[in-house]
Amino acid sequence: MNRPHLHALAPELESFAAEPYYQPVARETELFQAAATKKLPVLLKGPTGCGKTRFVEYMAWKLGRPLVTVACHDDLTSADLVGRYLLAGEETVWLDGPLTAAVRAGAICYLDEVVEARKDTTVVIHPLTDTRRVLPVEKRGELVRAPDHFMLVVSYNPGYQSVLKELKQSTRQRFIALDFDYPPAELEAAIVVRETGIANELAAQLVKVAALTRNLKGQGLDEGASTRLLVHAGHLIAAGVPPRDACAAAVGRALSDDADSVSAVDDLIRAVF
Amino acid sequence: MPSSEPLDRAALGERLDAIFSFDVSSGRNYDELTEPLLAGERAVQEFALHWAKVAAPTHLEIAYLVVLLAPLALDRLGRRDAEAWVVAALDGFDRVGLRAAVMRLRDIEGFARSASPAAVSLDAIAPRLQRFLQGLAGRPLRVEADARPWTDTETVYLPPLVELATREASADRYLALAAMLWAQGRWGTYAMDIDAALADFARPDHALDWLALLEALRLGARLERELPGLRGEIAALLAGLPPQLDTARAALAAPGAGVDDSIAWLRTHAEVAVSPAPTLECLPTLHPADARERRAARIREQSQVLRLSIAELLESLRAGQDDPPPELEVDADPERLELEVKIDGASVTLPPEGLAAAQSLLQDLGEIAPELLVPAGPAEWKGDGVGKGKPGTLETRADALFDEWDYRRQAYRRQWCHVYLHAVGGGDESYVLAVRARHAPLIRQLRRRFEAMRGEDRVLRRQSDGQDVDMDALVAAIADRRGGAEPSPRLFCRRQRDERSLAAVFLVDMSGSTQGWINDAEREALVLLCEALEMLDDRYAIWGFSGWTRTRSDLYRIKEFDEAYGTEVQARIAAIQPRDYTRMGPPIRFVTEKLLAEPVRHRLLVTISDGRPDDFGDDYRSDYGIEDTRQALLEARRAGVRPFCITIDRQGADYLKRMYGPAAYAVLDEVRKLPLKVAEIYRKLTI
Ligand SMILES: Nc1ncnc2c1ncn2[C@@H]1O[C@H](COP(=O)(O)OP(=O)(O)O)[C@@H](O)[C@H]1O
Ligand SMILES: [Mg+2]
Repeated sequence: MNRPHLHALAPELESFAAEPYYQPVARETELFQAAATKKLPVLLKGPTGCGKTRFVEYMAWKLGRPLVTVACHDDLTSADLVGRYLLAGEETVWLDGPLTAAVRAGAICYLDEVVEARKDTTVVIHPLTDTRRVLPVEKRGELVRAPDHFMLVVSYNPGYQSVLKELKQSTRQRFIALDFDYPPAELEAAIVVRETGIANELAAQLVKVAALTRNLKGQGLDEGASTRLLVHAGHLIAAGVPPRDACAAAVGRALSDDADSVSAVDDLIRAVF
Repeated sequence: MPSSEPLDRAALGERLDAIFSFDVSSGRNYDELTEPLLAGERAVQEFALHWAKVAAPTHLEIAYLVVLLAPLALDRLGRRDAEAWVVAALDGFDRVGLRAAVMRLRDIEGFARSASPAAVSLDAIAPRLQRFLQGLAGRPLRVEADARPWTDTETVYLPPLVELATREASADRYLALAAMLWAQGRWGTYAMDIDAALADFARPDHALDWLALLEALRLGARLERELPGLRGEIAALLAGLPPQLDTARAALAAPGAGVDDSIAWLRTHAEVAVSPAPTLECLPTLHPADARERRAARIREQSQVLRLSIAELLESLRAGQDDPPPELEVDADPERLELEVKIDGASVTLPPEGLAAAQSLLQDLGEIAPELLVPAGPAEWKGDGVGKGKPGTLETRADALFDEWDYRRQAYRRQWCHVYLHAVGGGDESYVLAVRARHAPLIRQLRRRFEAMRGEDRVLRRQSDGQDVDMDALVAAIADRRGGAEPSPRLFCRRQRDERSLAAVFLVDMSGSTQGWINDAEREALVLLCEALEMLDDRYAIWGFSGWTRTRSDLYRIKEFDEAYGTEVQARIAAIQPRDYTRMGPPIRFVTEKLLAEPVRHRLLVTISDGRPDDFGDDYRSDYGIEDTRQALLEARRAGVRPFCITIDRQGADYLKRMYGPAAYAVLDEVRKLPLKVAEIYRKLTI
């Protein structure tokens, strides 16, 4: 009776019928593919908005595996990953968490911003990252063995300054680490064109704005403009917003609340557009 | 209300004495000061006395000038602008020094002009230009005033005032000029030895002036392509170029044009180069000798940084000592300032300070020569911790002895620095109350933000006892019972505070150079910080430092980890005063030890200082001090302490990157930002 509702709670397995657009930057696709073949977990290191999520989607499509994405946050516990019992009328029903679901389905499980999660989550991740490749589901006394197609991928932004958000050595040394950064200028412009349909010249100017703001990192800005912000600005321009206004809204104000820093970015935008 | 009768000579003398407490050594006397005030109204006298009193703690010379010039300034500027005139001078002192303050005070006329609505003064726009230049160059460039614009590739000299039709137009002119001067460094105006290249011209002096115009043409065209937003402003700058140069336009606008093309044009137009060039006030002039000197120093400095980061990188990669020396390669694109370093064929990521050094070199040299990749001498790290405990050979017995890094020897000087610990006394307990009152809204805001970081209550599940029933556990137990298994009795949840497990030390510069606003800002910063930290359970300590040569590094105990932030600590904060010099290595090593003794997971060291390390007599103020400070930070980081350095330095000099390479750091260009910034940085570091 209550069963159908439970399905709504079940973790989402995404399958990509169409190829997601991803522009390779270095050898990341080969390395990822090799790691997948050898059943090794992968760590994606890099600032926010540089294409990590898109890359995982693309690889899921390329490898023909379903994808489960979990955005980690500081309330995320191991139970949220593994699963829990629910009451359904007279019955108690077990509901797999996203990680368990991914393991059973032989999917790629992508834990985005893994350091944000509570420390106890590492306990369930570790046995999946070594040769055992098992997930202990303690509440059910079950040990789920990962099929060959299961793959664990986590992301991590080393730009965080907080001492509390460093990835522990005992965790990081379990992964094949791929470095991500903003793509080189031409590729980044090509991405913006492809994502938003604006003219090449405008995209090149957006990329220039980004490069200049990246020079302010640590000098007023925590991060420079990411590719994602450029795509946002591109969308605004495509919708008819004048470039300066589009950049001010999508880049300047998105990067900082500090008036001095915002005006510094405004000056740089002014110089480019 | 004071009476409006002017003060007489005696009354004025008394008031002045309270401010200046005249010392004969100053060569000044009452008469010099009372004379101009005697003639004035009471309001003028009070203005002068009030602002002299404000200025005196910063520098007596400024206070003198305020008294002397106040009548003139009030007359010319009116009360509101006259106040701004004093504040601008004090600001000049903080940011540049006494000379700047004195110049500003004397130039009442200039100040009056800058108050016109369409005018923009360099003083007002300099911080904005500095950020703009940081964005363009990716490294800090200083901004200073001079009548004509020019640059030595490290400092950008701009006119003190620009007045065009509107304020915006004036500000845009500054942006365009700053971009033009940045372009001289970026696209190689000084990449060749200009003096040598022009030596065989009939009139090298005229040739240099013409070259300046040609370079403006070339770089203007380049900027119009690279920064199209400035097209209009650049065109306005170039509008006055003489017609003789029209034939140069096309050649110099070509994408690959360089300074050699400008010189080549001059050569083929000898008839132009013999006559004096027209003076175009708004266009940059060239100063090859200054630029040459800066460039050579920068290349030396950046090569050292690069070689040090390569050494560090190799050390971190090295598997075994017996491995053959690795093969280093670099692939560089000088046009885009991109580069790839390979070690034994595998591409590696340089640490940020190394990358910045490499880019700077690439800009100056156009390539990275292989010898620049030779790692700097082995920065050997001894495992037995820094030295301590043994008595010194000097008369008095130091509280601790520390090794010091001598970069020339690439070795430690053992037990070199003598550290003395001091109690701080005599502080005014009401100081903190005053700061609290002054910044009440700010403190409230900080406390709210800090409160939000408190380790949240976490629910521990499956406990045998607790405030709530654990529904998951209960359901599982029911399911188990139905299925015939033994149900677990652990059916409760309990709330528990998450431990941040963090200890932090704040190390505060008490050297003589902090005299004035910096010291005030440091103390305010500590008050705000402590007020905010009271919301958390983090363990923190505060130490002040100063010193006088290697035989005396003084550390002042403001707050120990175990002390509460009570009246005693508050009085000590109030008592923080400027003392002697800045030898930063020993204090960093001392508090690193303190941090390592704390039983916590995370250790944080925050230094607050006002720039370059400096000590009396020996060469600590040169590269030696920078290298030792760098090494001390490196030691801290290797021992598991996270260093973060906050520095007030308007110059934003390049040595910061080298010195603070092992730490994260923030440079503040304005003293007034310090108080809020320290608490904010701590929040960001531990959120
Ligand atoms: N290499 C790339 N190929 C295609 N799109 C990219 C690429 N890099 C960035 N993007 C664009 O940037 C946006 C943000 O990337 P995303 O993958 O969400 O970043 P991250 O996961 O690193 O925070 C994407 O939606 C996409 O539009
Ligand atoms: Mg993402």
